[in-house]
Amino acid sequence: MIFFIRRALQDMNNNKFLHIVTIIIITLSILIVSAFSLFFINANDLMESWKKGIRIMAYIQKNTPEVRILDLKLKIAQTGNVKDVRFISKEEALELLKNQMGQQRSLLNDLNGNPLPDAIEVKLKASIENWEEVEAIAARIESYPLVEDVEYGQKLIGRFTNIFQLFRFIGIAMGVVFFMASVFIVANTIRLLFYSRHDEFEIMRLVGATDGFIKAPFYIEGIIQGAIGGIIGITVLFISFWIISSNIDQGFSSYFFSIRFLPFKLSFGIIICSMFAGWLGCFLSLKQFLKT
Amino acid sequence: MIEKNNSDYLIRMFHVSKSFVAKSALSDISLDIVKNEFVIITGPSGAGKTTFLKLLYLGETASQGQILIDGKNLSRITRKNIPFLRRTFGIIFQDYKLIHTKTVFENIALVLEAAGNKRSYVQKKVKSVLRIVGMEGRNNSYPPSLSGGEQQRVAIARAVVGNPKIILADEPTGSLDPQSAEIIVNLLKKFHKRGATVIIATHDRELIRTTKSRVINLKEGYVQSPKVITI
Repeated sequence: MIFFIRRALQDMNNNKFLHIVTIIIITLSILIVSAFSLFFINANDLMESWKKGIRIMAYIQKNTPEVRILDLKLKIAQTGNVKDVRFISKEEALELLKNQMGQQRSLLNDLNGNPLPDAIEVKLKASIENWEEVEAIAARIESYPLVEDVEYGQKLIGRFTNIFQLFRFIGIAMGVVFFMASVFIVANTIRLLFYSRHDEFEIMRLVGATDGFIKAPFYIEGIIQGAIGGIIGITVLFISFWIISSNIDQGFSSYFFSIRFLPFKLSFGIIICSMFAGWLGCFLSLKQFLKT
Repeated sequence: MIEKNNSDYLIRMFHVSKSFVAKSALSDISLDIVKNEFVIITGPSGAGKTTFLKLLYLGETASQGQILIDGKNLSRITRKNIPFLRRTFGIIFQDYKLIHTKTVFENIALVLEAAGNKRSYVQKKVKSVLRIVGMEGRNNSYPPSLSGGEQQRVAIARAVVGNPKIILADEPTGSLDPQSAEIIVNLLKKFHKRGATVIIATHDRELIRTTKSRVINLKEGYVQSPKVITI
């Protein structure tokens, strides 16, 4: 094995330019794929944190007797995927509004009476997977008698969910495309090397070298190219992440979630995939060549 | 006439023919070569000398007939086992077939490395063979920096380093001056004396004249009457 590794490194040294170009292309592929992964992981965390905070406000018709409000509260609590319900009287709502307005609360002093309705705050379970479910629950609550209106966060969240799904699809597609690109590039490098050294391999065969003896260094070269490309790609992404995240207002992220880098297992998995792409590129090239 | 045992035969050919798309290269060849024989295959250009050698190491496969090498039928050797058959041979080519990007040492060591020998053995053995062919000082030279005669000596070193049973030489003196050719022939005789069976394909009359050996004369793919020239 050491003999083959030494031969592979010697070959790489003899064909530096070709190998460097291949490694750069693998690095760029890995960088793009892992940047997408990084985006998804953090976008997913953000979505999870939003989901945990999703609540539906059901506003109750004016002058509804308290007994009927309690009935409605019970009915809503029994609705599927509802975690918790709380009655917020219009007086409490006004008080909350005043607290939220802080120094501008004096603006509310001129109000004639309380314009706010009574409401029931509905908290949903975190197991809800998509925005359609939230919409369905809100629609159901809205259909109950005495419920005048429902409000469940900005439409933006719904749009973001759809965009997130679209990006996830594009990300997976790009991952596949870049994996194939890496395989193709390695296969092409090996093909070029094989063409340039065809006579050498013919001589090796004539003196009794097996196909395995000829192929082994190429496989090692492919795996080394994949590993170097993968490690550089992840490292560059980590450095970029570190620089960018240290410049982001940490206050922003701590309200909702904390931005994080790719987990170690995923980074390791990406490097292994990159090595596999190197191996596969060799396999496809050599399978074709040694048949002749 | 002394009867020979089957074990004495190293190469046996039975009605072997080889034809390419347009023409027949060898026709109905039947002959035996015993262990430690020195055989010269001769004939004009295009007579089938190179094809004859190629059939032995499976550089080509026979269109008809059977070839036995050391008791093994070549038609039954799988593609996977061809490298192991080739380790029975040490092959010397007219154009040397040395790898130009490898040093003299690496070119010769390749044979032993391919056979899975240990590094220490490879080092020792290559140095010893280089000494025998008189190239011990050129370990780290690259083939293009050597003369034709020197390159052919390296090719011989590569051919014999694995202690093959059979040495095949295709026009080994074809592109050399008389002095270099003599060195090459003497080396081949030396390895023959050490026990190898040597088969040379040549149309070099001087080589045939000065070598005490069996001569197989090929003409248009057929064997003419074999003869032994003794000087």
